[in-house]
Amino acid sequence: MSHITPEQLSEDAKKLIVDYLSRIDELKTKDRMKIPAQEMPAQDPGIRSHNLEEVALGYTVEQARIEAMRCLQCVKKSCVDDCPVQIDIPRFIDHLAHNQMDEAVGVIKEASLLPAICGRVCPQETQCQLNCTVGKALKDVDKSVAIGRLERFVADWERATGKIAIPEIKPETGKKVAVVGSGPAGLVVAADCRREGHQVTIFEAFHKLGGVLRYGIPEFRLPNDIIDKEIEVLKAMGVEFKTNFVVGRTRKLTDLMDKDGYNAIFVGTGAGLPMFMGIEGENLVGVFSANEYLTRANLMRAFEKGKADTPIYISKKVAVLGGGNVAMDSARMAMRLGAEKVYVVYRRTEVEMPARKEEVAHAKEEGIEFLFLQNAKRIIGNDKGRVKEMECVRYELGEPDASGRRRPVLIPDSEFILDVDTVIVAIGNGSNPLISQTTPQLNVNKWGNIIVDETQKTSVNRIFAGGDIVLGAATVILAMGEGRRAAAAINKMLAEEIEGEKEN
Amino acid sequence: MSKIIFKKKLSNDVYLMRLHAPLIAEERAAGQFIILQINDDYGERIPLTIADADTKEGSITIIFQIVGKTTLELSEKKVGDEIPALVGPLGQPTHIENFGTVVCVGGGIGVAPLHPIAQALKNAGNRVITIIGARNKELIILEDEMKSIADEFILCTDDGSYGRKGLVTEPLKEICERDPKPNMVIAIGPPIMMKFCSLTTKPYEVFTQVSLNTIMVDGTGMCGGCRVNVGNEVKFVCVDGPEFDGHKVDFDNMMSRLNSYKELEREAHSCFLEQEIKNKEALQ
Repeated sequence: MSHITPEQLSEDAKKLIVDYLSRIDELKTKDRMKIPAQEMPAQDPGIRSHNLEEVALGYTVEQARIEAMRCLQCVKKSCVDDCPVQIDIPRFIDHLAHNQMDEAVGVIKEASLLPAICGRVCPQETQCQLNCTVGKALKDVDKSVAIGRLERFVADWERATGKIAIPEIKPETGKKVAVVGSGPAGLVVAADCRREGHQVTIFEAFHKLGGVLRYGIPEFRLPNDIIDKEIEVLKAMGVEFKTNFVVGRTRKLTDLMDKDGYNAIFVGTGAGLPMFMGIEGENLVGVFSANEYLTRANLMRAFEKGKADTPIYISKKVAVLGGGNVAMDSARMAMRLGAEKVYVVYRRTEVEMPARKEEVAHAKEEGIEFLFLQNAKRIIGNDKGRVKEMECVRYELGEPDASGRRRPVLIPDSEFILDVDTVIVAIGNGSNPLISQTTPQLNVNKWGNIIVDETQKTSVNRIFAGGDIVLGAATVILAMGEGRRAAAAINKMLAEEIEGEKEN
Repeated sequence: MSKIIFKKKLSNDVYLMRLHAPLIAEERAAGQFIILQINDDYGERIPLTIADADTKEGSITIIFQIVGKTTLELSEKKVGDEIPALVGPLGQPTHIENFGTVVCVGGGIGVAPLHPIAQALKNAGNRVITIIGARNKELIILEDEMKSIADEFILCTDDGSYGRKGLVTEPLKEICERDPKPNMVIAIGPPIMMKFCSLTTKPYEVFTQVSLNTIMVDGTGMCGGCRVNVGNEVKFVCVDGPEFDGHKVDFDNMMSRLNSYKELEREAHSCFLEQEIKNKEALQ
């Protein structure tokens, strides 16, 4: 894997822009298709694998404008359809190409208040960039217009100029909306309901805001000050935040209505219940859920040794079980915390990995070793109950199953020992049962996910839900899409109520 | 933010504090705990049992022992100081009903979480036998409080400096041998004490409930740092517990997990102490 330096990428872009800018309004489809896709500048892998700074450095202005000119402004706009919050992508990109930055920001903000986050963590290759006409024509989804990077560029530009526009708030309605959980779904609901003039309070169990954006996704992928900045906008809009507040325990969900007078509630508590493999040795010292490992490292800042009181396990050889983004984040974090060897152990092959391609590529560049078609069988401890090694088994690809994916089939007698002192389990999350346990009237399915109708309404009047607590562990942007739908339903319900009150 | 309303030193390293937390005071039940941080940027989250609550004053009471950096810093806080992060009540409340005769066994600081449970059991009509123990006289806390609710009260110290000489398991065994035997035992204290209380009652088949004190991070069920083997199942102490059937708990695994960060903690503690000494010297 080659790593092109940011300087080189910048140089190349500066040369190209001179040519293209002069004929920006005469560019034909044929010309646009010839514009080279812009690589994202990144920190040098050898250096970044030892620091917490953001890996992807973001486009330069020249790169952003060249990349923007690759957009054909096609009539099909499948990118918009594939975006869960339906940002008017061609329109913001056209503004960007013409250096009309304020306008570009405005277009994005119509649909999303968190572009600096989405531009960084959305799996664009399976969403807005999946059916991009350019990518289709070039028969390579990686050659699609880099919509996520452009969105990020616009958001970062807005932040850098220091004049983040506060969206307009309609006159106060006197209605109160409670949002439970400050993750991506909750933030969207808060913004959308506040814009309609309702009083909004977000309740968060942790001492910091952002949900998975804060405790899960590491700073090398999503810096904390970006989360803070996007949340500051909500604060400036008048959204109230209550941290250290566990709804279900500090206050029952229904008491928020019965005792505190909230007119509507959105539950966006996520899927924060770590799953374990159920294998022997999983409770040995040195075995962690990815949630615990990442919470210690990110939220509790354990990587800032000497400053943080929260300790993190000292590891030399680490095995991460799983193949999603959480597994990538855990592996790359372990490397940054000083591990000498980090393995990702995955039962299937690279093709089936649910992690973003870009993150897998970054992990490989940083020296993470991938063990495909292998899985943990048991974890073996020493006489002090600490992880000494892990017994693994091998798989081969069998016949395709009903979903068309070739199933991994266990190879008999393929056991072997992997020399590790730490195991991080990143095989997924279930839904946190706290709310459903303490609100028995709320209908949930057999996995504990809250059941909602097409407007995100639950079985309890005035209570709506969305994000991972409904979907099971999914993506940031899908959670935001659900939040948007729920907010629309809440706003509609409250508007009708206000209308009714006027008539009486 | 939660203001310290009252502070009292109970014994050498043990402190009692009342904190302003009206919502927690209103919702909490015996057996539940809180998590607090004395610095919400870099501080760690530590679990502490709610020893008492006063809904009129809007306060909860915590009792803690200095065992490391965070508890030492907490002990240095004064009345009027704020605790930046306090969350709760967490965990399942203790199941309280009239069981008949209940033996409440508390070891060292474990008497603090035991007290509200013993009180609630007494109020529910149980005959409460209390055994409290510690290494020496200095470390005995809440003696009067426990005595006042007990129908029968036994105090022991390891070194015989106060009360009966010996471990709490000795009187516990004697009580189990009585006819009729007690209906239930609740043991709270250091893991090793809870382990041996459970081993003591097992042959007599007296149900023994223990309250586990594992390492925790969030306390809301999202990390599994507090997991223990109970029977053949993995349980999260913060949401499934903290109370479990002592005859089913794998105490040895739990104790080795409690030592996960021993060296790092010792390091943090000694670094912190050195800095404290330096600060004090600089002031002089």
